[in-house]
Amino acid sequence: MKATANGLTAKQVLAEVGAPVVVFDRVQLAFDDKVVLRDLSFTLIKGHTKIILGASGSGKSTALKIIVGLLKADAGVVWVNGQRVDQLSEHELMAVRTDLGMIFQEGALFDSLTVRENVGYKLYEETDMPLEEVDRRVEEVLGFIGLAEHIDKMPSELSGGQRRRVAIARAMAFKPSVLLYDEATTGLDPITATTVDDEMIKLRDLENVSSIIVTHQLRDAFYVATHMATRDRDGTVHVVPATPQKERQAEFIMLRDGLIIFEGDADAFRNSKDEYIQEFLA
Amino acid sequence: MIRAIDSGLKKAALEVQEYVFLTAAAFRGVFTRPIYSHDIVEQFDLIGVGSLTVVLMTGLFTGMALASQSGLTLDQFGARPVVGRLVSASMIKELGPVLAGLMLVGRVGSGIAAELGSMVVTDQINALRALGTDPVRKLVVPRVLAGFFMAPVLTIISDFVGIFGGWVVSRFQLEVASGLYWSSVTKSLYMQDVWMGLIKPFVLGFIIVTIACHVGLRTSGGTQGVGKATTLAVVAGSVAVIAADFFVTQILIFTIYPR
Repeated sequence: MKATANGLTAKQVLAEVGAPVVVFDRVQLAFDDKVVLRDLSFTLIKGHTKIILGASGSGKSTALKIIVGLLKADAGVVWVNGQRVDQLSEHELMAVRTDLGMIFQEGALFDSLTVRENVGYKLYEETDMPLEEVDRRVEEVLGFIGLAEHIDKMPSELSGGQRRRVAIARAMAFKPSVLLYDEATTGLDPITATTVDDEMIKLRDLENVSSIIVTHQLRDAFYVATHMATRDRDGTVHVVPATPQKERQAEFIMLRDGLIIFEGDADAFRNSKDEYIQEFLA
Repeated sequence: MIRAIDSGLKKAALEVQEYVFLTAAAFRGVFTRPIYSHDIVEQFDLIGVGSLTVVLMTGLFTGMALASQSGLTLDQFGARPVVGRLVSASMIKELGPVLAGLMLVGRVGSGIAAELGSMVVTDQINALRALGTDPVRKLVVPRVLAGFFMAPVLTIISDFVGIFGGWVVSRFQLEVASGLYWSSVTKSLYMQDVWMGLIKPFVLGFIIVTIACHVGLRTSGGTQGVGKATTLAVVAGSVAVIAADFFVTQILIFTIYPR
């Protein structure tokens, strides 16, 4: 592994508090004549949450797909966990994806597999982990998101909210350090959406997962930014209002036509004088 | 007008290029790791065993119709006893491979295009990639292997059932003696005919499945797009089967038959 200027390896740098896990530097992308991302730059710090807001077609989901390597940027640089992903081949990207989890819109669960097989997919198919161990991990993850009793069901037997939570379970089963949520609560009723939000908060605060949340649901964005998860001595998990310090670890980005028009914490976002943001918040 | 032609040609060239890339990636996937062996076994079952009934029925009725029609024509020359020759030659060299191929297009090609197309529009393919799985290795390679190896097996079965159907009609409708029928079936067959009947389905099976996978993975436009992809896979697959049959026939005539 290459050493940095201060003599540390990328792995050592990433292990430090405040390390950048995802860096976008002047990223641009267009589909034919339609420019999707004009000049996107931001940094996700380890253990923090980046909430990307914007209207449909503003380039939010595209940014996530570039991070995972599902799309290639036309210009700019993208770093993920110390690796420059914009230059990697599909084969080389597989290694980067071992530490990245993505939750797609509608869940994107595999129809032909059970909940157990979906959640354990990567461990069953792409690792040499013994089956008993994979089964244990799947049960543990499903227990964490409260869906243990649905382990042998097919995705078609689950409700919309349950499918999203299974998708989260699938993304977290292999313990990635970064999770990307693409409209994970869109189309869900507020109560179900809150259960999904709680999972994101628990993963961030209890499992130390850095996350990028793409959404246009303001209620969910503010809920995740202003709450934190704690665990009692008896192991009970509570989601409670966040401390000011914790709140600052969630940063909002507002996208408009592929450009960032706002970047800051929940309070700053709420008090922004920008007309477009005010309209968005209204 | 010229712009439309130009755009159409570019689109066609892009499709061919993507098809070649997919085929090359599938080829690489056959010989390099990781290999998803349980998916391969599953596809052999789905494509091979699952298509058995339709291929059996098609072969049987084709053989019977062939014997019936040939009987009428042969009667004009007083050659009814050689009906077995016509049935076996037609089934083994031409009708067996082509009809089994067309049945596979209808049953397997449409199924693959619809399944992969649905996976594309519901982001399951992207989810696979995000989870570190190459969709070509996981989804295309098992189907290509199953199509390549099971098409010949199904064709052989279709040939035998067709010849058997021919015997039923010859024996009970045309009243040709069984011994006469079976001896004429084997007498007229040359090793080159058998080779032709065996080589063709390998090519057809490969073409059917790769076209279906290509069309399925290029699906766009939601559920409507899945419908279009399914239709396209059947139409393109059927035309490709007939065209490939002609070209393979020509190549084999020039290469394996004595001149």
